[in-house]
Amino acid sequence: MNTRYETVIGLETHIELKTETKAFCSCSAVYGDEPNTHCCPVCTGMPGALPVLNAKAVELAVKAGLLLHCRVSLWSKMDRKNYYYPDLPKAYQISQYDRPLCTGGWLDIPSGEGTKRIRIERIHLEEDAGKLLHTENGTLLDLNRCGVPLIEIVTMPDFRGPEEVTAYLRELRERIRFAGISDCRMNEGSLRCDVNLSIRPVGEKHLGERAEIKNLNSFQFAAKAIAYEAERQAAVLDAGGVLFPETRGFNESTGTTFSMRRKESQSDYHFFPEPDLPPIVLTQETVERWKSELPEPPSSRRERWQERWSLARETAEALTVSREAADSFERAAGMTRYPKQLAVLLAADPARLETERIPVSDKHLAALADLLGSGAVGNAAAKELLERLWQEDADPVEMAERLGLGKITDRAALEELAREVIGSCARMAQDYRAGKTAALQALIGQMMRRTQGRADPELSREILLNLLKSQ
Amino acid sequence: MRNGEKWTVQTLARALRGGKCSARELTLACLKRIEACEPEVHAFLTVTREKALTAADRIDARLAAGEELPLLAGIPMAIKDNICTKGVRTTCASRMLENFIPPYDADAAERLHQAGAVLLGKLNMDEFAMGSDTGTSAFGPTANPLDVSRVPGGSSGGSAAAVAAGEAVFALGSDTGGSVRQPAALCGVVGLRPTYGRISRYGLTGFAPSLDQIGLVTRDVPDCAAVLAAVAGFDPRDATSSRVPVDDYLTGIGEGVRGMRAALVRESLEESSPGVRRELLRAAARLETLGARVDELSLPFLRDMLPAYHILSSAEASSNLARFDGIRYGFSATDAADWQERIRESRSRGFGREVKRRILLGTFVLTKEQYGPCYEKARRLKGKTLASLRTALSYYDFLLLPTSPEVAWKREEKRDPVAMYRSDLFVVPASIAGLPALSVPFGMDQGLPVGMQLVGRAFGEKELFRAAHALEEGKA
Repeated sequence: MNTRYETVIGLETHIELKTETKAFCSCSAVYGDEPNTHCCPVCTGMPGALPVLNAKAVELAVKAGLLLHCRVSLWSKMDRKNYYYPDLPKAYQISQYDRPLCTGGWLDIPSGEGTKRIRIERIHLEEDAGKLLHTENGTLLDLNRCGVPLIEIVTMPDFRGPEEVTAYLRELRERIRFAGISDCRMNEGSLRCDVNLSIRPVGEKHLGERAEIKNLNSFQFAAKAIAYEAERQAAVLDAGGVLFPETRGFNESTGTTFSMRRKESQSDYHFFPEPDLPPIVLTQETVERWKSELPEPPSSRRERWQERWSLARETAEALTVSREAADSFERAAGMTRYPKQLAVLLAADPARLETERIPVSDKHLAALADLLGSGAVGNAAAKELLERLWQEDADPVEMAERLGLGKITDRAALEELAREVIGSCARMAQDYRAGKTAALQALIGQMMRRTQGRADPELSREILLNLLKSQ
Repeated sequence: MRNGEKWTVQTLARALRGGKCSARELTLACLKRIEACEPEVHAFLTVTREKALTAADRIDARLAAGEELPLLAGIPMAIKDNICTKGVRTTCASRMLENFIPPYDADAAERLHQAGAVLLGKLNMDEFAMGSDTGTSAFGPTANPLDVSRVPGGSSGGSAAAVAAGEAVFALGSDTGGSVRQPAALCGVVGLRPTYGRISRYGLTGFAPSLDQIGLVTRDVPDCAAVLAAVAGFDPRDATSSRVPVDDYLTGIGEGVRGMRAALVRESLEESSPGVRRELLRAAARLETLGARVDELSLPFLRDMLPAYHILSSAEASSNLARFDGIRYGFSATDAADWQERIRESRSRGFGREVKRRILLGTFVLTKEQYGPCYEKARRLKGKTLASLRTALSYYDFLLLPTSPEVAWKREEKRDPVAMYRSDLFVVPASIAGLPALSVPFGMDQGLPVGMQLVGRAFGEKELFRAAHALEEGKA
């Protein structure tokens, strides 16, 4: 990027809320079914059909606001945003204009060594439109997404580059998902963003003319679009050209942005209060209750765990992949003397934590951690026990006994095994005696292999050393 | 069949249960009356003869089996064509919805169906309920059955004409800015606009949702009470429908007005024709004779209500009607070159002049430039109206004023739209305030009926019925 200019960016992020039904009717809001299987007179805008606001959508929108430290309006209303497009059967979108549900929040994002605070201007509730599918035989319309509740989160122009935007989106997505507000699946369009970008000479206070880049549906595209657009604007100014406010699109295959329309010719949406819906009135008690239901954000949990139990960052991240996983781990961790061992054990399969709920009771998880931590079972045995517990939630102590997964600590048995190992791996023994100390580790490994990992490693080591010295 | 006009829900319900007639006979009598009157009156857009007879036979069978049925069972009625009826064409008297057959019933239609009322068909109206003389219907005007050279009023002109002509025992209409009360007055029948939220709007094609209410046209006040009891009530499908319990409107309807306080609206005296003014004063005197107290009260903002009404209703209409694009139903300009032109042409040719006028007006008042000076100002006025009417009604039981400044006029007398808008002067305040208002026939002028309007407290329909019934009983 040209160093003479500073890039100034604000974001508008659209997030589909995770409600069972649509915003204004009882159609299912599920993603990915056959086209036009989830629509009714209300969401297809048939004459006489009326919207009724989904209370869950209001709750989730307010919770998103609380997560982002916003003020919640106890009185807000829905408005009509009037525009015609074939994917909008009522010819207006029910949205919020001058009284959004949430205003004035912030989100801290990691930036360099420290953190940076991004200010949130507002969060409002609205409905999604349908989807146009352009085919060779004409354009088809799928109304399954039409009327699905969305929130739009608008930031102040606080970003200075693509890294900050990506960091913000990551932090936002993680928090929203963790709180069960949305799945934030960019490939399904349940999280998408518009970037407002302008540049100005370094040191300049006034903002330049901004371009709005619409509908970016991956973090990578957002970063690419920002990098390209900042360069493009700099090139225009450097060539003595003039920038004007405009709406631009992003071409995913070329990684470039292109002009869609100038802002001044942009339509007037004729906003007015939605007469079919009464105002949204909330009590402070309701808002407080919703606040109390919100989970501690994953980033703060990770910090706490890393500090207290010195977990590795990756381990902590794997455990905060979902609220269920984090809660489950945290409860079990409180019941064992070996929380770190439990964390490492659970985090060994991060993919599974992402897709499945932990089916093991807290008590049994804690008992497993105790077995491992106290040395009663080895790592391999602990892993096997966890696999078995995943299939059937049972007492791991009994299970270890039943399956003979406990550590072998019988000195005589281990001595016999060690003799066998030295006998069959004479080369390794020779190497050790010749001064290659690493060979001892290989011999211990042999003992482990022959006992499926159950041989007590400390005892095995001692016995091997004695035998090697005495022979 | 002039005696048909005396048939009321109450007497017919008794006759049905006493075995004096069958639901089929009643339905046939209405169908015969429709056949006789329609060439001149044209109150109906669709007559559902076979469905009506099947429904009537079902009621007869249930009555014969000794079943206890609701009061409205077997009573023939008709519904304005902007209220959705499952499987029955619902056109809003517009080319734009000429072939629209709703897959659902409006809540009010469903409740009538549940109560066993027999649907005879769908009634003519001004296109999308925009008009005051049922002259903007795309399918031709309705005439006043009392004098077919005159208008029946509007927009529910078909509803009022059908009941006045004896084609139906009662009818559903819709009242956005007087559309039930004004035609009821001009046709000499009873018209009620209930409190906003009393009857669900689910299935009523929206004109201006913040003002729209389904209303009733009946032959007398007790019928109105009986029908309201059947169609009113909370509906989870309409977020503006009310949870206030539905009263037993018929009980005590004959108790009279002794001790009630009425406010005669002074400005309505000045704005009425001499004949209507005379009847208004006579109605006030009658109420006093019957034991009510009548004071004069000034509502100085009355004249401002009309522009405020047109701004608010047109703004909402411009948004509500934007969905009719000629692609999904109704008239479509199939000769257009591309889809944008098809929408433009469909709307240009599919909507009538009055509808287009209101869409343009509404679009204008919602522009960024006009929102403040027009739309917002009108909303403030709405707030003021509500507050001052509430204050007045905290003391008075009801306001008294004529429904229409004049009796039914000849169609060619009013061609200027603004003159037409002015005929709604007295009906618009209750609409804007969302208050219940009832028009009851009282007296005649130039041989034509005059309607008196009573405006009551929110959800005070029971008191309105009592007072209106007293006026009705006491009339000469």
